Amino acid sequence: MKGKVIVITSGKGGVGKTTTTANLGTALTMLGRKAVMVDTDIGLRNLDVVMGLENRIVFDIVDVVTGGIKLKQALIKDKRFEGLYLLPAAQTKEKSAVSPHQMKNICNDLKKEFDFVLVDCPAGIEQGFKNAIAGADEAVIIAIPEVSSVRDADRIVGLLEAAGLRKNQLIINRIRPRMVKRGDMMDIEDMIDILSVELLGVVPEDETVIVSTNKGEPAVIDTMSRAGEAYRRIARRLNGEEVPVITLGNEDKIFNRVRRMFKLASR
Amino acid sequence: MLEFLAKLFWRDRDRRGSKEVAKERLRLVLVHDRTSTTPQLLEALKEELIKVIREYIEIDEESLEVSFNNIENSVALVANIQVLRVKKDLA
Ligand SMILES: Nc1ncnc2c1ncn2[C@@H]1O[C@H](COP(=O)(O)OP(=O)(O)OP(=O)(O)O)[C@@H](O)[C@H]1O
Ligand SMILES: [Mg+2]
Repeated sequence: MKGKVIVITSGKGGVGKTTTTANLGTALTMLGRKAVMVDTDIGLRNLDVVMGLENRIVFDIVDVVTGGIKLKQALIKDKRFEGLYLLPAAQTKEKSAVSPHQMKNICNDLKKEFDFVLVDCPAGIEQGFKNAIAGADEAVIIAIPEVSSVRDADRIVGLLEAAGLRKNQLIINRIRPRMVKRGDMMDIEDMIDILSVELLGVVPEDETVIVSTNKGEPAVIDTMSRAGEAYRRIARRLNGEEVPVITLGNEDKIFNRVRRMFKLASR
Repeated sequence: MLEFLAKLFWRDRDRRGSKEVAKERLRLVLVHDRTSTTPQLLEALKEELIKVIREYIEIDEESLEVSFNNIENSVALVANIQVLRVKKDLA
């Protein structure tokens, strides 16, 4: 088996890299693929809590590169989803505890076993970023419709290209249809136009993301979650299916219609 | 009268929605970001400009400034060139 390594990055912090990694990893295994999520945010690990796997950690990525621990021993199997694994970051070390070269080796080993290796990148453009992209075949850039995030995303695209990464796709996160409609938020076209990268998908602002993070269950398992639905569509796209991007005005209408139907049915 | 015009202008700006402002600002900032990641670009452009202009006009090469500006919703390349003398045989 030869899978691909996809780094999930953004430059700016807090725009949804970890959320996206958790949801896409889970959704890909729901499609029957084997996926491993790698947390490279050493010192600030979070993917474990977002996935609800924080109590299962024994070894981490730093133990693998320095402590003579085998990669297999550090991988945590998610018992809820067949084929889903997590390689946690270390919490008490620094970014420099892993080198780009070591990271590349880990990615190469993992893609022999998995269809998808999703690397959750830390914020910033320093060592942590360099580590995260070292073994990547492709990149997914997360941006929210705000000036600072789009600016950082543009910088990241430049750095990815300079590092020789050719396939860089954009996910626009936290879009709010109502603000877009009244002209107070950049729309999908605006952002694609400015960044000139390929669009992978759009995820709406959605409270269910917070609810699911509270529970340690990714939103994709909640069939009523709009963000979850968006992530499931993106996963199918990553899996090679042609899935049209729903423009948000329509999505809203369709969603409301479905919800109304549900309400009627349950009466 | 002035107040009236000012009001009109502001109302127009408000109605436009903040996303247009965001886009405008982003365009300019990105042109700067992108060119400053390759400072060679602006330097090379400057050298070429001087070469061409020198054939027709005598300019103050030291004071030549090339930069990007936001002008009426689009990004403009602005060159500030001090003319010393137009060559006689061309005038
Ligand atoms: N579509 C969304 N709707 C609502 N909340 C969201 C959405 N996406 C992300 N969030 C929230 O935004 C916060 C930041 O998300 P997340 O931790 O995934 O970002 P990050 O890019 O990994 O941050 P960091 O740079 O610190 O690693 C979280 O509280 C998350 O629940
Ligand atoms: Mg994160």
